[in-house]
Amino acid sequence: MSGVVVRRSARSSRFGAAGLIAVAAVLALLPFVAYESVTSSLVTLFVLVTIASMWNLLAGFGGLVSIGQQAFIGVGAYTVIYLADHGVSPFVAIPLAALTAAVLAVPTSLLAFRLRGDYFAVGMWVIAEVYRLLLSRVDALGGASGRSLEGMAGMDQTLRAAATYWAALAVTVVAVLGCYWLLRGRVGLALTAVRDDEIAARAAGVDVTRAKRIVFLASAAGCGAAGGVLVIDALSVQPNAIFSVQWSAYMIFIVVIGGIGYLEGPILGAIVFFALQELLSDAGTWYLIVLGLIAMASALFMPRGLWGQVIDRTGMRLFPVGYHLERHVGTGRA
Amino acid sequence: MTLLSVSGLDVHHGQLRAVSGFDISVEEGQTIGVIGANGAGKSTLLRTIAGILIPSAGTISIDGVDVTRMSAHQRVRHGVGLVPEGRRLFPSLTVEENLLSGAYLRKEGPWSLDAVFDLFPWMPERRAQSSAHLSGGEQQSVAIGRALMTNPRMLLIDELSLGLAPVVVRRMYEALPRIVANGCSILLVEQDVSQALAVADHVHCLLEGRTVLSGRPTDLGRADIETAYFGIDAPAEAG
Amino acid sequence: MDLLNAVLQGLLLGGLYALFATGLSIMFGVMRIVNLAHGDLAVVASFLALALVTNTFLPLWAVVLVAIPIFSVLGYALQRTLIQRSLGAGPLATLLVTFGLSIVLQNVLLESFSADTRTLEAGSFATSAIELNDTISLSYIGLFGLVAAVVTIVAIQLFVSRTRTGRMMRAASDDPETASVVGASPAHIYGIATAIAFATVALAGLIFSMRSSFDPSIGPSRLLFAFEAVVIGGLGSLWGTLLGGLALGLTQSVVSHYDPASAVLAGHLVFLAVLAFRPQGLIPARAV
Repeated sequence: MSGVVVRRSARSSRFGAAGLIAVAAVLALLPFVAYESVTSSLVTLFVLVTIASMWNLLAGFGGLVSIGQQAFIGVGAYTVIYLADHGVSPFVAIPLAALTAAVLAVPTSLLAFRLRGDYFAVGMWVIAEVYRLLLSRVDALGGASGRSLEGMAGMDQTLRAAATYWAALAVTVVAVLGCYWLLRGRVGLALTAVRDDEIAARAAGVDVTRAKRIVFLASAAGCGAAGGVLVIDALSVQPNAIFSVQWSAYMIFIVVIGGIGYLEGPILGAIVFFALQELLSDAGTWYLIVLGLIAMASALFMPRGLWGQVIDRTGMRLFPVGYHLERHVGTGRA
Repeated sequence: MTLLSVSGLDVHHGQLRAVSGFDISVEEGQTIGVIGANGAGKSTLLRTIAGILIPSAGTISIDGVDVTRMSAHQRVRHGVGLVPEGRRLFPSLTVEENLLSGAYLRKEGPWSLDAVFDLFPWMPERRAQSSAHLSGGEQQSVAIGRALMTNPRMLLIDELSLGLAPVVVRRMYEALPRIVANGCSILLVEQDVSQALAVADHVHCLLEGRTVLSGRPTDLGRADIETAYFGIDAPAEAG
Repeated sequence: MDLLNAVLQGLLLGGLYALFATGLSIMFGVMRIVNLAHGDLAVVASFLALALVTNTFLPLWAVVLVAIPIFSVLGYALQRTLIQRSLGAGPLATLLVTFGLSIVLQNVLLESFSADTRTLEAGSFATSAIELNDTISLSYIGLFGLVAAVVTIVAIQLFVSRTRTGRMMRAASDDPETASVVGASPAHIYGIATAIAFATVALAGLIFSMRSSFDPSIGPSRLLFAFEAVVIGGLGSLWGTLLGGLALGLTQSVVSHYDPASAVLAGHLVFLAVLAFRPQGLIPARAV
C-alpha cells in the first residue's frame, strides 16, 4: 500500500471559505465606524478584486486569455443606466446587469471561440470595441459623451455611500465564492483535465468547449456586475472610459502579479496593486510604466505570481480547487 | 581513434530517471547498435547526445571536445547528426528544401545534394514535391539525407525501422555501409534486434535506462539478449 | 465619381494597413505569437522620425533610411531577450509580456512627448498628388504605401522561398527542435524574423505619420487594424494579409464616404463577418 493520500483541502483551507465570510462580515460593519473616504476607496479595491477574479477564472482556469473583458464591464454599466431610466433601483439592477452580460456572452463566445490562443485575446478586444462603438451611437444612453445615472438623486449621501459599499462587497464575495464553487464542481474537473492534456480530455469525453463556455459566461456575468457597481459609484458613465482597455490591463497585471491559476492570486494581487496605486498616485504615468515592468518581470521570472511564492514557502492554500498528494511520513516508502 | 565518448550519463524526465550511468565509446568507422524495449531510454539517450535534452550528470565528448554544455545546433558544427524518431521532416518544405536545410551551416564534407541523390536514386524526380506527401520509407530516406547534408562524423539514428515494411527496412539498412564508407560512424537505436545485430560492430542492450548487456553481436547468445531485452530475471532493483 | 474616389483611396489606405500587418503576420507565422506592442512600436517609429526631423538636419528620406535599420536591430535584440525568454515561460507569457511592453511604451511616449497630437512635416512629398480628374487625386504618399506593401511582401516571399535563412525560417516555424539538430539556432532564426517584422513596422509607422496625425495613445487601435487585416486575409499567408489589408481599407473608406463616424465600426464588423462565415480567412495558407 502506498502511503500517499489524495486530498482536496489542506488544513488552512477550512479557514478559506469560513474566513472569507468572517472577513466580509467585519468589512460589512465598516460603514458604521469608518470615514466615507475609506469605504469609498475600498469600493475601488472590491471592483478590482472582482474583475481580476473573473479574468483569472477565464485565463488561469479556462485557458482563455482575453483583452476584451471590458466589453462586459461596459454592458453591465449600461444595463444599470437603462434599467434606472425605467424605474428599477440601481442596486436591484446589479444582478440584472450580470445577467445581461452573461446573455450577451453567448453570441460573443460563438464568434470569439473561432479564434484560438493569442488570436482569441485580440479578437475579444475587437469585440469590446464593437460594443463600445455600438453603444456610443445610442442617443438615449447619452451617445459618445455618456450620461449620468438616474434614480439616485433622492437618496441620502451617507446612505448612498454605505449602500454602494455594501453592494460592491456583496458582488466581490459572490464572485470569489462563485469561482470556488464552479471550480470544485464538474466544470473545474473538466478544465483541470484540459489543462493537463486537452486532446486526452476530449478523447475521454470531456466536453471541453462547454466547460470553456460556462467559464466565459460566468466571467462575463462577474464583469457585468462590476460594471454596475462602477456606474453606481461614479453616478455616470462614459463609453470611452467604461470600455477602456485599461480595465484589461488592470485585470491582467493584478492576476499576473498575484498568481494566475490560484483563487487567492487576484485577491492578493489586487491588494498589492491598490497599495501601489495609492503609493504612486503622484507619479502620474510613471505608475503605469512601473506596473507594466513589474508585470513583465513577473510573467517571466515568477510565472506563478506572489501566491505561488506563498505556497512554496508555507504550503498554505485557502481555496484549493485542485487535488494534491500528501506523503505520510512513516508509512511511505523511502 | 575515439570519436564519441559518453561517460556516467544520467538523464531525468522530471522525477523519473530515464538513463542512468550510461557509458559508451564509438571509434571512427564503427557502427554501434543500442537495442532495448519500448521505454528503455534509447531515444532519451540519443536526444541527449544530440543536445536536445540536458543530462543531469555525466559528460559527452566528440573527438576529444567536451560538448556536454553545448546546445544542439552547436553540436552539429562538431559533427553530430541526428535522424530523429518519427522522421520529423519539415512539412511545409519540399523534399529538396528538407535536404538543403541540412546544409544550413555549409560544412565541408563528402555529402551534397548530388551525393544524397546518388544514395537514394528515387529522390531527384520528386525533389519539388511536398515532404508531407511521402510514404514512411521515403520520409525516412529524406530524414537520413537531411542529416547527412550536415556532413556529420557521428550519425545518430533513432528507430530506423519503426513503422516501415520489412522490404523497406532492408533497403534502409543497405544504405548504412555506404554512409560508413564515406567516413562516418553510426550510433543506431533499434527495437528491431535482428537488424541491429546484423549491421552493428558492437551492441548495447538497455533496460530501464541501464546497459544490462553489451558486446560484439557474434559473442552474444540469443538467450542472453532476450533476457536483457525483456528484463526477465532482471534484478529486482527496478521499480 | 466620388464613390470611385472612395474606392481608390480605400485601396491606398488598405495597402498601408497590409504593410503594417505584415510584421504581425510574420511573427505569428514563425513564432505563433501575437505581438501586442505592434501598434505602439509603429507609434514609437513616428515619434522617432519626429525627433530626428526636428532636432537634426536630416531630410525625411534619410530619416526613413535610418529608422528602419534601428528598428531591425531593436527587433532582433528584443526577441533574443524578452520574447525568447517568454516563449519558454509558459503559454500565456508572450501575451502578457508584449501587453506589458505595450503599456510601458505608451506611457513612456506620453511622459516624453505629452499627449498632444503631432504631425510630421513631410514637405512636398506628402502634399503632392496625381490628379486624375476633378474629383480623384492619388497622393504620392498613399501610392508609396501601397507600392511599399506589395514590394515588401514580394521581397519577403522571395526571401523565405529562395534563401538559406528564409528556408530555415519556415523549417523553424514547423519544428524548432528539429531545426536545431540540423544546425540552426531557433532563437537566432526567430530574431531575424522579428528584425524583418520590426523593419516593416518602422516603415509603416513612418508612412502613417506622413499621412495623418498621431499621439502616444493611438497604438492599440492601429494594432487592431493590423490584426483584422491578418485574420480577414487568413492566418499565415502574406498574400492573404495583403488582401485582408485592402479589404479593410476599402471597407473603411467606402463607409466613410457615406458616414465617416461608422468607418471603424464597419471594419470591425467585416472582421466579425469573416469570423462567422469564413473563419479560415480569404486565403488560408501554410506558415509564412
